[in-house]
Amino acid sequence: MIRTEHLYKSFNENHVLKGITTEFFPGKTNLIIGRSGSGKTVLLKLLVGLLAPDNGVIYYDNVNFCQLNKKEVRTLRMKVGMLFQASALFDSLTVEENVRFPLDMFTNMTAKEKHLQVNHCLERVNLEGANRKFPSEVSGGMQKRVGIARAIVLNPRYLFCDEPNSGLDPKTALVIDELIRSITQDYNITTVINTHDMNSVMEIGDNVVLLHTGKIAWRGDRHQVLSSDNEILKNFIFASPFLQRLRNAAMDAGHTH
Amino acid sequence: MISKLLSHFGRYLIMMGTAVARPEKSAMYYKETMRQMNDIGVGSLIIVIIISLFIGAVTAIQFAYQLDGTLVPIYYIGYIVRDSAIIELAPTITCLVLAGKVGSNMAAEIGGMRQKEHIDAMEIMGVNTAAYLVMPKVVAAIAVIPLLVAIAAFISIVGGYVAAVPTGLMSAEEYIQGARSFFEPYNVFLMFIKAVVFAYLLTSISCYQGYFVKGGSIELGKASTNAVVISDIMILLADYLIAVILT
Repeated sequence: MIRTEHLYKSFNENHVLKGITTEFFPGKTNLIIGRSGSGKTVLLKLLVGLLAPDNGVIYYDNVNFCQLNKKEVRTLRMKVGMLFQASALFDSLTVEENVRFPLDMFTNMTAKEKHLQVNHCLERVNLEGANRKFPSEVSGGMQKRVGIARAIVLNPRYLFCDEPNSGLDPKTALVIDELIRSITQDYNITTVINTHDMNSVMEIGDNVVLLHTGKIAWRGDRHQVLSSDNEILKNFIFASPFLQRLRNAAMDAGHTH
Repeated sequence: MISKLLSHFGRYLIMMGTAVARPEKSAMYYKETMRQMNDIGVGSLIIVIIISLFIGAVTAIQFAYQLDGTLVPIYYIGYIVRDSAIIELAPTITCLVLAGKVGSNMAAEIGGMRQKEHIDAMEIMGVNTAAYLVMPKVVAAIAVIPLLVAIAAFISIVGGYVAAVPTGLMSAEEYIQGARSFFEPYNVFLMFIKAVVFAYLLTSISCYQGYFVKGGSIELGKASTNAVVISDIMILLADYLIAVILT
């Protein structure tokens, strides 16, 4: 589990996060949602330690992440996997070399063991046989899946995903969402996803945190989204008239039956 | 201005301090160092040979013109070409050229990795990115650039020969006599000291410029340019200091 207490972060006079206290649970897909500029990416960067909070504490299973020294942070990070918005695959390495990179860097596995582990991860993300392709030779959705395979190759306990569906068509986005959810449940990982994809919220949102102007405006799961009266949530999720009509229809149907 | 300079210097020291760390996996660092040695050494060999050939040739012709009609023996041209190549031209010009070729490449490579979040990805994996991205480059440069400088010095002397002997400025015996006269082994030591210092400066400064790049392609271009300009200035400054201290 990951827990944050009173997280604050500012850039000069721009107060991005104003006291974020929340929890992200293992075995669940925890979503951070919010409009652009609401502080989602900054919160995710604080969680993984790419930024330091001005104030507040982050706990990884009761370990105070903010008090760890550099060496301890690196040790903890070996239990962390991350999928980046643009996948962040190393262009000059093949798919297999990309996925194998953490194994090469941190394990003493033999070449055969590494090959088996890489293939296992590629199979897990339905990319068997793509070993020798370069990132530029595969589609955006496949790049995301390679990114997921690389993120899980060291069997992490925490998985972070920054906008996993950005730039993907709705069907591929669903595949990625389902993949993340199944990996989260199968390995009991604490998964934190930063997204503004409403499909993701409704499909895999086990624990949804809505950020608004640097504060938590709403928290719940995907089943509570439809019935919530929170105006900020409604304005965010059902932003378009079409979605508003869809919600009203769903609510009416719920009352009728 | 001064506070900005001090801030850059402080960040540079912190980056280099972080880079001096025990590798997570020696084999990966070794592999990366070998790749860099190949890129810097083999990749720069042709340009170094061409430049040093012309440096030697121009030095020979220029001094032949200067000494024409004086009482200085003609064979001195070989001696002047040799010493100016060893003491100054080979290490300094080679490293100025390498700052342009290798330094800008390093800044662009690391800067591109920063912009594409490759560095963040490595950090989150637990990799000491300052060490993994900077140290192999510095070590490779310190190992290979002195060899390139030695080759440059030799080729410069050959260049002087090619320019002076076939054109009839002097005989082969006179040029070789000059090239073998008044030889000071200490000058070769000085050449290698300069090569090592310049290699360190041009790689570490270029890596620094790339490692902390922010923004988009324009900033990446600026970082690449800054890497060359600052490396060149620091090489010339170090050249002066080494000359003052060691001669």
